[in-house]
Amino acid sequence: MAEVALTGISKSFGDEVVLDDVTMTIPDGAFVVLLGPTGAGKTTTLRMVSGLDKPDTGTITIGGRDVASYTPAQRDVAMVFQQYSLYPHLTVRQNLEFPLKSPILQTPQAEINQKVSAVAEVLQISHKLDNKATALSGGEMQRVSIGRALVRQPSVYLMDEPLSSLDAKLRSDLRIELKSIQADSGATMLYVTHDQTEAMTMATHVGVLDNGKLVQFGSPREIYEDPISIYAASRLGQPRINVLPSDVFGGAPNKATHIGLRPEQIKQGEGEDSFVQRVEHLGDQTRLHLSFKSHDLITVTDAHTDLKEGDIIQIRPDKPFFFDASGARIS
Amino acid sequence: MAQIRIENVRKDFGSFNAVKSSTFTIEDGEFFMLLGPSGCGKTTTLRMMAGLELPTSGEIYIDGEEVGMKPASQRDIAFVFQMFALYPHMNVGKNISYPLRSQGMPSAQVKKKVGEIAEILGITDILNKPVGGLSGGDRQRVALGRAIVRDPKAFFMDEPLGALDAEFREHMSEELRALHDRMNATTVYVTHDQLEAMQMGDKIVVMNHGSVEQFGVPQDIYDWPATKFVAQFIGSPSMNFLDFNGMIGKGGNEVSLNDVALNIPKSIDGANGALSFGVRPEHVRLDDAAAYRGRVKATEYLGTTQIVTLETANGDVKARVASSDAVNVGDQTGLSFDARTITLFDAETGQALRSQANEGVLNHG
Repeated sequence: MAEVALTGISKSFGDEVVLDDVTMTIPDGAFVVLLGPTGAGKTTTLRMVSGLDKPDTGTITIGGRDVASYTPAQRDVAMVFQQYSLYPHLTVRQNLEFPLKSPILQTPQAEINQKVSAVAEVLQISHKLDNKATALSGGEMQRVSIGRALVRQPSVYLMDEPLSSLDAKLRSDLRIELKSIQADSGATMLYVTHDQTEAMTMATHVGVLDNGKLVQFGSPREIYEDPISIYAASRLGQPRINVLPSDVFGGAPNKATHIGLRPEQIKQGEGEDSFVQRVEHLGDQTRLHLSFKSHDLITVTDAHTDLKEGDIIQIRPDKPFFFDASGARIS
Repeated sequence: MAQIRIENVRKDFGSFNAVKSSTFTIEDGEFFMLLGPSGCGKTTTLRMMAGLELPTSGEIYIDGEEVGMKPASQRDIAFVFQMFALYPHMNVGKNISYPLRSQGMPSAQVKKKVGEIAEILGITDILNKPVGGLSGGDRQRVALGRAIVRDPKAFFMDEPLGALDAEFREHMSEELRALHDRMNATTVYVTHDQLEAMQMGDKIVVMNHGSVEQFGVPQDIYDWPATKFVAQFIGSPSMNFLDFNGMIGKGGNEVSLNDVALNIPKSIDGANGALSFGVRPEHVRLDDAAAYRGRVKATEYLGTTQIVTLETANGDVKARVASSDAVNVGDQTGLSFDARTITLFDAETGQALRSQANEGVLNHG
């Protein structure tokens, strides 16, 4: 339970600038998701907060205290890595108990038992508690390593793609569980993921990183409905936002070079002809791959549409985004 | 190119039964998905088709010829693994041409063939580069090139995109599908990702605990699941199940949940006892006038739509509604369900009851 503030954080490895003047305040109890492709600086940001790496310049405070001189252990953070790290000679139960048995915490055994079984239940590994850690599948090992962070009550959780190695079904169960554990405990969460559904559904705030720079910070709804650039707009939304030259539809403001169209910004059945190239039935919706004046476009229509490959459908923009040559949003 | 037929194939590892008697047919030129959670037997099934495992019993036919006991090398298929292995000391062109050179094909012909493949994959300009410095996408294309170059009867792929990050996976899945549409080669693809299966597949087999749960075209499986497992595994969020004790007579089109009568498609099976009323989130509407009531527990923003979780007398229900609708936690509201889309399940066996709506789909599988 602490506010985490990063001020002017920069970090280079050799010639490569990994973080470039990142300033971000993570409010107490917030669930902040960092989004960006591989190499954007997400994991490095986490490692700075955890104390596993030191920034070249800038300060980090946790709960108002500058933590520059604190070791990772003194920062009261719990980190879950993408690559699970368990004690192979211990059972699942012993692995989960380990953080609570630290001499500093002195947790009574009854409380340990209660916490371990509660966490095991949430993570659906109760039946494996007495197995050796090495006798588990990859997804089970990952759940144990999440569990080892959850049994403690740190002021900050740091998680680096904790769900990426799990099955889709389990991932969607744990998404809801992690979110409610975090909300109930009131701990602050900094979470790295590639998965935008995780970002949309779990985050109170999303930080969009581009090549080491924090380019937008806001609620998922702000980033989706009011993105500041093509880059930020492309982080959220499935299918991804369509970006076309601004003149293909006409009506673009001065200086606009690109028009951005999310599926709901494309009106169907009015406007100009487009050609249906492929129809993907996804169950709850159908994706249309369209060709419009030789530009590719993906939009969404009814699950049981009669449209087929080779059909013609009219489309027109509806309250689109416009961007300038640098990719910045102008309206 | 080939049709592949699996008949009563079973696989045991010691006392563990990995694949129960499975039967399905992959038509020539299909993009075919083997879908299921880890441990369901999908990879084992693929490996038996490829000849990397021998079936304990049953037959595997490729183009009408029984190949169950033939070694992999005589089946003329190409396998693309999750971790694409390239020869690190060879350049791109050499990696792709390796299968041809090892067959002893004359070098002029090899060169022509590799040129064609590179064109299809859009990697002509990197043919002379070492594979070490390539991006993930290019490495994947090279691995595909090496599989395609032999003109095999079929391609088998075991989660070829599993190791990639989300953005790139989306891109590569479109590229793979487009490649398939150009070449029309029979492709069997293993995945645990239901969206990937829906998006790319012409047909899907859904497996669980070694059994085939359902087999058919993606939209049919989504609309008319044969079991609760399929209903849950396909679709995100999954189908809602409102559990109730009640009855439905043959020819009936109404059930009573918590004293509220709800319409359903005309039933063919009759049942009495523990039942589940299955409805997809997009077929639940928040409708103040409706008699069936619920309380809003949570909302999850997803851009165009939002998922609203409601507490009801028969369990939690998720509804997918427009994100512009104002919904607040704590609201009391009525729920109405699109009667044409409902599936009833036997709550104990998990099997769907047959109705006039799902009969065609269930009988075909």
